[in-house]
Amino acid sequence: MSITYLEAIREAQAKLLRDDDRVFIYGQDVGGSFGGAFKATKGLAKEFPGRVLNTPISEDAMVGTAIGAALEGMRPIVEMQFADFSSTALNQILNNAGTHYWRTNVPVPITVRLPSGGTKGSGPFHSQSMESLYAHYPGLIVMTPATVEDVYTMLIEAVAIDDPVVFCEHKYLYYHLKADKLPANGLPTGKARIAREGRDLTIVAYSAVLHECLAVAEQFAGDGFEIEVVDLRSVRPLDTDTVLASVARTGRLLCVGESFPWGGATAEVIARVTSEGFHLLDAAPQRINAKDTPIPYHPNLWAAHHPNAKTIAAKARNLLRE
Amino acid sequence: MLQTAQRSSKGSISKKAPPHEQFLEAFRWMLLARTLEDKLVSLYRGGLITGGVYVGRGQEAISVACGLFLQKGDIFAPLIRDQAGRSAFGEPLVDVARTYLGSRQGPMRGRDGNIHRGRPRDGQFAMISHLGAMISVTVGALMAKRFKGEKNFVGLTCIGEGGMQTGSTHEGLNIAAVEQVPLVVVATNNHYAYSTPNDREFACHDLVDRAKGYGFEGYNIDGTDLANCLDVIGSAVKRARAGRPPQLVVASVLRLSGHGEHDDASYVTQEIKSEPFARDCLKCAEKTIVDLNLADTETLREWREDAAAQVDRAISTAQKEAAPEADEEDWCALSQRELADHAEEDK
Repeated sequence: MSITYLEAIREAQAKLLRDDDRVFIYGQDVGGSFGGAFKATKGLAKEFPGRVLNTPISEDAMVGTAIGAALEGMRPIVEMQFADFSSTALNQILNNAGTHYWRTNVPVPITVRLPSGGTKGSGPFHSQSMESLYAHYPGLIVMTPATVEDVYTMLIEAVAIDDPVVFCEHKYLYYHLKADKLPANGLPTGKARIAREGRDLTIVAYSAVLHECLAVAEQFAGDGFEIEVVDLRSVRPLDTDTVLASVARTGRLLCVGESFPWGGATAEVIARVTSEGFHLLDAAPQRINAKDTPIPYHPNLWAAHHPNAKTIAAKARNLLRE
Repeated sequence: MLQTAQRSSKGSISKKAPPHEQFLEAFRWMLLARTLEDKLVSLYRGGLITGGVYVGRGQEAISVACGLFLQKGDIFAPLIRDQAGRSAFGEPLVDVARTYLGSRQGPMRGRDGNIHRGRPRDGQFAMISHLGAMISVTVGALMAKRFKGEKNFVGLTCIGEGGMQTGSTHEGLNIAAVEQVPLVVVATNNHYAYSTPNDREFACHDLVDRAKGYGFEGYNIDGTDLANCLDVIGSAVKRARAGRPPQLVVASVLRLSGHGEHDDASYVTQEIKSEPFARDCLKCAEKTIVDLNLADTETLREWREDAAAQVDRAISTAQKEAAPEADEEDWCALSQRELADHAEEDK
């Protein structure tokens, strides 16, 4: 049996709907027999009548409604059709959900699913990785699962968490990534995973680029370099301890992420390692993100825009040389 | 099972005078709100309040009608000029005093201030500054109640003619109608959105016309007339409780204060101040009481004294209390503390 990343999301949602009456799914095109733009809810509206609801094209109201429902005891999952469209719900996510507990002592247990990241031809408004933006604001959990197993267990955990969770699923992984089976449990939220052990260089990554990094690590093993790859799993909370322990072993750090280069997850990792583990470093830490432009449409341009095995390998090579 | 309700056809609202006891009860809440807010203004001018002070002077009749007909189990999402409604809904005066005077015992413990306060677990939602955002939040709360099988509940939220122009308002109203929740939206056109008059705020002939556009039932009221406010808003709440589609009530008044107490409102024209909608609803209500002999002069005086005493008690309680201390704050925005990653901690 083989299960894709997307099927794991669907299975997680089915389990959540089955086990917990408080859960409902709210988003555009999620209901009926259509089952969502990416089929993440296929069959669920039929299996759970009245709990998988189509919304108008109103991201602000979708999240606002979820907040209100959460305040009255529900556990809503909002499906954004593309991460990129969540910008029109930014106010509700950052300023309403994100501040509510701090201001009123009443938490808001919503989960907002963001189909994130680029695929061939998806262009500037269907490709964004917004984890860095959301991680910046206090009061939010931001998950960035890279594996089939994690997307399953972390979505289930996201709904159980009392605070608002922004769940960044990567669209490229939807149909491309497969696993043999789904686990019963996973690592707790906030723990990064050593995806590959090594001793010469630490590469910290999350979401789809993790797989590019693992491919690079395989490549370098042939040349006698053992690269340790750390999968952050969530950028908020960010597991500084695991990263520091890895850099203590290797002395060299490369961070890779798909969001835009100014600030963001990779900058945050480097800032923490530099201020808390400066003595551990044998070379200046490096990072690779997307290019500093909107995400291009043409496949040639898109291929160069986001981190890929070639650019990661080149940076790794430089770091190993120092 | 979460269901969307079926649409039903329009009806009409009866026009009759509220019972006298209700009128007097409403008047007393209005008086309390006015007394409290006059006190807050004087504290502000005396430099004893930090940050903004926003009062509902001139809107007390509308506001009390919003709060008076709601009961435990309902959702009330007020905005910035709704003190009368908040009090009628059950907000303790000391919450207001503590929030404005910066007591650490206030409902937001100093983390937020002025009119952003609420008691979400008691159904009074805490607004954010972005206008219109609370409409969809109210919708969601009502959907949850329906999903949980609760009965006989309504939601009421307030907006101004300025706030009504935001995208969030549009989305909130639309989704309320799509979800067919028992919601009453009370929109007060007080003729100035900060310094902006109506002709730069909207271009339709009458804001109530938008009700039809959203699939709401719509009603206009004279916000200076307490009896009209009680009648129409009271009926709207009753109809919502009976399962009618969402309703929009549009009230007309003049804002009788600045946008906030930092604003001298010198842009308000003399012309507009002589419009019928510029009358002070509190004075009008008192005139009705006197004209119909609903209460005598002695009683009115006692009520004034009682309002002043309640306000003084709340203020003096708050004034004795300590302010929050920065080094006693836990500086954690997550309810699940184990998930905080201490981004700014120096190690």
